[in-house]
Amino acid sequence: MTHEETVTMIVEEMRSLPGAMLPILHAIQDRLGYVPKEAVPIVAKGLNVSRAEVHGVLTYYHHFRQDPPALHMLHICRAESCQAVGGDALAEHAKNALGCDFHGISGDGSFSLEPVYCLGLCASSPAIMLDGEVHARMDSEKLDSLLEEGK
Amino acid sequence: MIRDTDFGTPAKISDRSVTLEIDGNRITVPEGTSIMRAAGLAGTGIPKLCATESLESFGSCRLCLVEVEGRRGYPASCTTPAEEGMKVKTQSDNLARIRRGVMELYISDHPLDCLTCSANGDCELQDMAGQVGLREVRYGYEGANHLGDEKDESNPYFSYDPSKCIVCNRCVRACEEVQGTFALTISKRGFDSRVSPGEDQSFMDSECVSCGACVEACPTATLSEKSVIGMGQPEHAVVTTCAYCGVGCSFRAEMKGSELVRMVPHKEGLANHGHSCVKGRFAWGYATHKDRMLSPMIRKKNTDPWVEVSWETAINHAASEFRRIQQKYGKNSIGGITSSRCTNEETYLVQKMVRAAFGNNNVDTCARVCHSPTGYGLKQTLGESAGTQTFDSVLKSDVIMVIGANPTDGHPVFASLMKKRLRAGAKLIVADPRTIDLVKSPHVEAVHHLKLRPGTNVALANSLAHVIVVENLFDEAFVAARCEKKAFDEWRQFVSNPENSPEEMEKATGVPAMEVRRAARLYAKGGNAAIYYGLGVTEHEQGSTMVMAIANLAMATGNIGREGVGVNPLRGQNNVQGSCDMGSFPHEFPGYRHVSDDSVRHLFEKEWGVSLQNEPGLRIPNMFDAALDGSFMGLYCQGEDIAQSDPNVKHVSAALSKMECIVVQDIFLNETAKYAHVFLPGSSFLEKNGTFTNAERRISRVRKVMPAKAGLEDWEATMALSNALGYPMNYGHPSEIMDEIASLTPTFSGVSYEKLERLGSIQWPCNDHAPMGTPVMHVGEFVRGRGRFIITRYVPTEEKVTRRYPLILTTGRILSQYNVGAQTRRTENVAWHQEDLLEIHPVDAEDRGIVDGDWALVSSRAGETSLRAKVTERMQPGVVYTTFHFPDSGVNVVTTENSDWATNCPEYKVTAVEVKKTHGPSEWQKKHKRFSHEQEAFAITKESLA
Repeated sequence: MTHEETVTMIVEEMRSLPGAMLPILHAIQDRLGYVPKEAVPIVAKGLNVSRAEVHGVLTYYHHFRQDPPALHMLHICRAESCQAVGGDALAEHAKNALGCDFHGISGDGSFSLEPVYCLGLCASSPAIMLDGEVHARMDSEKLDSLLEEGK
Repeated sequence: MIRDTDFGTPAKISDRSVTLEIDGNRITVPEGTSIMRAAGLAGTGIPKLCATESLESFGSCRLCLVEVEGRRGYPASCTTPAEEGMKVKTQSDNLARIRRGVMELYISDHPLDCLTCSANGDCELQDMAGQVGLREVRYGYEGANHLGDEKDESNPYFSYDPSKCIVCNRCVRACEEVQGTFALTISKRGFDSRVSPGEDQSFMDSECVSCGACVEACPTATLSEKSVIGMGQPEHAVVTTCAYCGVGCSFRAEMKGSELVRMVPHKEGLANHGHSCVKGRFAWGYATHKDRMLSPMIRKKNTDPWVEVSWETAINHAASEFRRIQQKYGKNSIGGITSSRCTNEETYLVQKMVRAAFGNNNVDTCARVCHSPTGYGLKQTLGESAGTQTFDSVLKSDVIMVIGANPTDGHPVFASLMKKRLRAGAKLIVADPRTIDLVKSPHVEAVHHLKLRPGTNVALANSLAHVIVVENLFDEAFVAARCEKKAFDEWRQFVSNPENSPEEMEKATGVPAMEVRRAARLYAKGGNAAIYYGLGVTEHEQGSTMVMAIANLAMATGNIGREGVGVNPLRGQNNVQGSCDMGSFPHEFPGYRHVSDDSVRHLFEKEWGVSLQNEPGLRIPNMFDAALDGSFMGLYCQGEDIAQSDPNVKHVSAALSKMECIVVQDIFLNETAKYAHVFLPGSSFLEKNGTFTNAERRISRVRKVMPAKAGLEDWEATMALSNALGYPMNYGHPSEIMDEIASLTPTFSGVSYEKLERLGSIQWPCNDHAPMGTPVMHVGEFVRGRGRFIITRYVPTEEKVTRRYPLILTTGRILSQYNVGAQTRRTENVAWHQEDLLEIHPVDAEDRGIVDGDWALVSSRAGETSLRAKVTERMQPGVVYTTFHFPDSGVNVVTTENSDWATNCPEYKVTAVEVKKTHGPSEWQKKHKRFSHEQEAFAITKESLA
């Protein structure tokens, strides 16, 4: 199925939801890993809004990606609780280990690195999420071994 | 000050008012008015950046904060409504500190190049920095900023410089609220926020239609007219009326001396309320184009080169030729054509000259080929040859039915108003063979699109009427009180006939019967229902029948005589309503009074001091026929290009070639001038005084902002010709012509330049019964007394598809070009539309092996021409479409002489054709090109006007 077909199908399924634009963009990203450029006119036509309006919403939220992500997605929590118990150091470590900044892709192309603001695991900070799975009480060594497994 | 006061938020209308105190001054305002506007009305300006009165308040710039006694904090005055007893302080030490702080942040990311900035002298940011007393910017300019952002110069008329943008959102909101296109957004967030056309594209690649609303809304130099960047700020402004379409937008011509800097839509204009389209706002460059003809010229025959002569020589030559022809061929062997592009006063003079100086009734106008069926049909049914409503009436409609009109292209400023109402919840029905933009565009969608076959309008209208009558949806009380009973009963019986049922008529129209039934129910019972129609209704063999069928529908459902309803012809040209009102028809004097009416004729005979013919003269197509049989040999043609705009060009050019004296008065050497013997250089709308009457019967002033480039205004040239013919005319100013019109025409008797000056504009009828004019007609009673239903039997057009010509060609217009394109082709508007294309459905294209961009030969029984194909699902199978803006396209080589049975309005909308793939221009096009080159060489080349 091409991206256009996938997007068209999602739009057809969801267009009658109230406030359908965000759920549709989420569904596209969940399915394709990002919201490709060709999705914008299809979503616009399906919701009978302009391309500009879709673009405005799409670029407003950092969550939505406009480029394909790497094979794996690493989210590091940057919220208060995690920062209080070593989150900053963990984030620095991740950047060094992967050789990229937040919103970037690791040097070897296998990880996308994204910040996230609270995973709901404050009691066991610092927390991360790798490919949708959360990991708590994280430190540099644990992160390294997770990344190693991921490769 | 050449800019209007801006009260920051829109005026509110309310039955209730509130009184508040602002800085100790009491003021009473309608409930719902913002504190900002109330303060402005009380004479106190509150600093603002994101607020402007054409847009709803937004509250983002935080400059307009005020203090309200008894409330905590500092509410934004733009978003806070005034309340009874409120006590507001607009200035205090705290407010001053906050405002300066906000301003510092703005300026920390804004270039400090005020002296060399194009907005210098017209910049709200600069003004506000001054008002809040900004003296320093503590944050410096070292950090992240947008000062290096690249300009977007893609639009030919305005520039987008993001480095000057303060992200106030006014442009985005103007595109949404005013224009309704939604082409702009803010991309990203926080510091990264930027105005984005489309998907961070250039303006030209986005959905932008270049209406200029964003440029008008921009408070800084970010969006600026290139003309202002080039010339600097204007120093005075003159209010005038646009000379393009029948919306008749009011503009302020902003000038430097006699040079036009820009056209800015006038906020107080009642037709446009400060909005504009790409044509009126920007496409005025033709007025100073190097192709303008500036000298009178004469020649013996059209194979001779032109000779430049004085006005006197040209006028005397024309007059002596006309008299010679009349002596040789008779009094009726000459005639005149008035133009819907010229002023009321000018058309009045041309018809007066034809009747009084030529001594016959051979005067017709280009309305013949567009809205003549409207004049006839509405007169027969309702009693007056004009639309029934104001444009603003659409804001009270619940159901809007658009038939054979394409407002977003043809009448864009009205379309924006209509879309505003549709976004607010009105239901839309579109009857059109094509999927026009209105059928589905952002935030607007037709509930029913009746995609009928061209030529079957009457079948559709009858089936709508059938449902309304048979399902008892008509307004019995209205019909009983307001309409002729006998005529209604006969009509009722006629439409009830099963042959008019949607199921039967579906065979002709191709529209599913159930869709028609639903549309009829919605129109009849959906609340205030208004019909808007265009040339898709009139330009048919049954054009007049369809106009009457529309009037029948409105009367039967009681949808006439109040706001929100009515029958609304969207008149094509700036003054097509006016030219018809002014008696430019061979059978009617000004005010639609028949020439055979003795009392009326005697009135004109007495005033004009001549005896007048009591028989109608020749219509335009009759003139051509008479030329070919040798009985019509001289023509005075003012501001109309019959050789391009009239159907069956080969027939027209043969007729023109036979005439012995054609006098063309135009600003360009148009197609007709290529057959002419005398050329009189015309004046553009910027070069003369007068009035135009728009589609809502609104008479507005046209004001001279620069001298006539060729020396005479058009009415002065007509006057000179009349005097040379021995019929004296002595007007010192067009206002004197209007006084004569008012004295002779009951519907205009209250109109004068003095009153126009006072009221801004007047909707006729304006007389003792309605001294302030008449916004909505037929209130309480129809002009003719009782409304008259007329039986409208569907008769299929003679133009039938055959095996030889299996497709139907229909024609129309596009946003960026205007009619024959004489003006818009000579502007940067060609950036959007450089040639006429043949739109064809994918199925028909595939059958013929045609892909996008291929040359396609379109042939009918009248002729053939080649156009590039555009394959699109906007079309229906079996129907092809093109525009007629370029003479080389030769679309009217293909159209036939079929015409409306009552008025001879040509059937441009239905021509049976075949389409074949070809390799380039047709034989006619090649021949036409040679002919054009030859004719252009005959005219002396002009120095550039600049």
